[in-house]
Amino acid sequence: MKIVAVCGMGIGTSVILKMNIEKVLERFDVDAQVEAADISTARGAAQTADLVLTSAELAPQLGEVPADVVVVDNFVDEQEIEDKLVDALDL
Amino acid sequence: MDGFVSVLQFIGNEFLNVPAYLIGIIVAVGLIALKKNAGQVVGGALKAALGFLILGAGANVVTSSLTPLGDLVLAVTGAQGVVPTNEVITAQAAGEFGATSAYILSLGFLLMLVLARFSPLKYVFLTGHHMVFMSMLLAVVLSVGFGQGFLTVLVGAVLLAVMMVAMPAFAHPWTKRVTGNDTVAIGHFSSLGYIAAGAAGQAVGKRSRSTEEINVPKGLSFLRDSMVATALSMVLIYLVFTVWGLIKLGADAYPFLEADTAGSFVMAGVMQALMFGVGVAIILYGVRTFLGELIPAFQGIASKVVPGAKAGLDIPIVFPYAQNAVLVGFISSFIGGLIALVVLATWLNPVFGLALILPGMVPHFFTGGGAGVYGNATGGRRGAIVGGFINGLLITFLPAILMQVMGGLGLGNSTFGDADFGWFGTLVGLSAQSGSTIVGILLSVVLALVVFGLACAWQVKVVNKGWMPGADRQKWLDAEQAQAKARSEEERVARRDARRAAKTAD
Repeated sequence: MKIVAVCGMGIGTSVILKMNIEKVLERFDVDAQVEAADISTARGAAQTADLVLTSAELAPQLGEVPADVVVVDNFVDEQEIEDKLVDALDL
Repeated sequence: MDGFVSVLQFIGNEFLNVPAYLIGIIVAVGLIALKKNAGQVVGGALKAALGFLILGAGANVVTSSLTPLGDLVLAVTGAQGVVPTNEVITAQAAGEFGATSAYILSLGFLLMLVLARFSPLKYVFLTGHHMVFMSMLLAVVLSVGFGQGFLTVLVGAVLLAVMMVAMPAFAHPWTKRVTGNDTVAIGHFSSLGYIAAGAAGQAVGKRSRSTEEINVPKGLSFLRDSMVATALSMVLIYLVFTVWGLIKLGADAYPFLEADTAGSFVMAGVMQALMFGVGVAIILYGVRTFLGELIPAFQGIASKVVPGAKAGLDIPIVFPYAQNAVLVGFISSFIGGLIALVVLATWLNPVFGLALILPGMVPHFFTGGGAGVYGNATGGRRGAIVGGFINGLLITFLPAILMQVMGGLGLGNSTFGDADFGWFGTLVGLSAQSGSTIVGILLSVVLALVVFGLACAWQVKVVNKGWMPGADRQKWLDAEQAQAKARSEEERVARRDARRAAKTAD
């Protein structure tokens, strides 16, 4: 499974988001490849991904992608990320 | 014995002096400390090393597109023209100063953990690219005074560690006003701009409403895409200077871009501008690749050493709190940058020889957007406009001053852009380059102690006491809200009474 974490530049907040996603997945014992991406390349990365997590402002810019797009309000709130991943992945 | 020495020499020269291997080794050590398995350690280390090499490849592309621009700006204005881009200057400096900065980075990170553990400043700075930029800046300005070696690494690491715990503390009261809670801190080396914006907002916007009540056209949100913003700003800059070159030099301008007609000259400029965008994209890919490995390793260690410390995060973390303010702040920051450029060109360059700092859209977007959010939090619309504008002035004047202490590297047509790099880099540079090594060390230590002491005092006396800026305005907003609520309640009651009256009349 491939999950993409997206922010504007792909080097700051998306890396934090990526780490928190990995932490949550580890707790649920899910094996996934989590990638940080910037909004420019995210559309490409999303073509082959199963799930995209990003902020409310960036989500519309992704446009139509085959992956499910989940909006995360607080990138450091592990509980929120857990709830949304549980919903999206049927954990 | 000789064999042993030559093995050590081989390791020293061929591994520990090669930045890419060094970064790989640091990541490997971090991952081993986190008890990752062998595959993860090798994979992580290799990816980090490759990321650093990608950085170098991107730097070549960027440099080859910036060189003709620099020559052209010099020919038409007589001054050095610089596009401040942290990624670019870091990539350009990585060849010469990469190993020194990697040592500063890792030692500085460990020292930061010690400071966060044992001082009141409980912040763990996690904005990886800013750590990398700051350690590169310190390696550059300290090397001019101390040379590359143990001394530069030690002093640089102390200064880096102090900045990483001090700046989130200084900005924290305003950060709390922005986020409305106390869960995250801002770890971003443009803090001076955000603090200035927050303070200015408080001064000008006592009765100004929030930017979030305006309907801003969504058409500007494409600028969030850094690839678009970078390419667009460089195309504009190149167009201005190619056309200016044609007017001033005529056909003599053609050789700068190896063109033979006016049309091909301008279009060659556009192509160079796009190549700059390509180079920055490559550099960002490299940064992403090695930070993706380095930050988790660092964070894992930090959460063990200083549990419960606040994470200092990148500035876009505050953008969702006031999305309109990001655009307002960006635009007014950009205008501030243009006005500052005019001041540089007409006064500071002729009199003091400062370089012309051309406005880059990416720094104005991220730091200007952040300043807009901070200004809005204390001063509404007026705060966002004034805060962004002040940020624009800061990130134009400060890099121009910083160029003065960067030695030979100032010639690369780029420099560090964000506010803290400017003021702190200049102070460190002036200390280290004061003439004698002893005085340089003393001044650097004094600088570290002053920043650290002020931050501790600020944390204990201000942040821990719960002071928040703009309390008056918040009261006014709360009162307004209460009034609006009361009014709508009154209206509801009035409507209900009217309905009842109509009913009884039937």
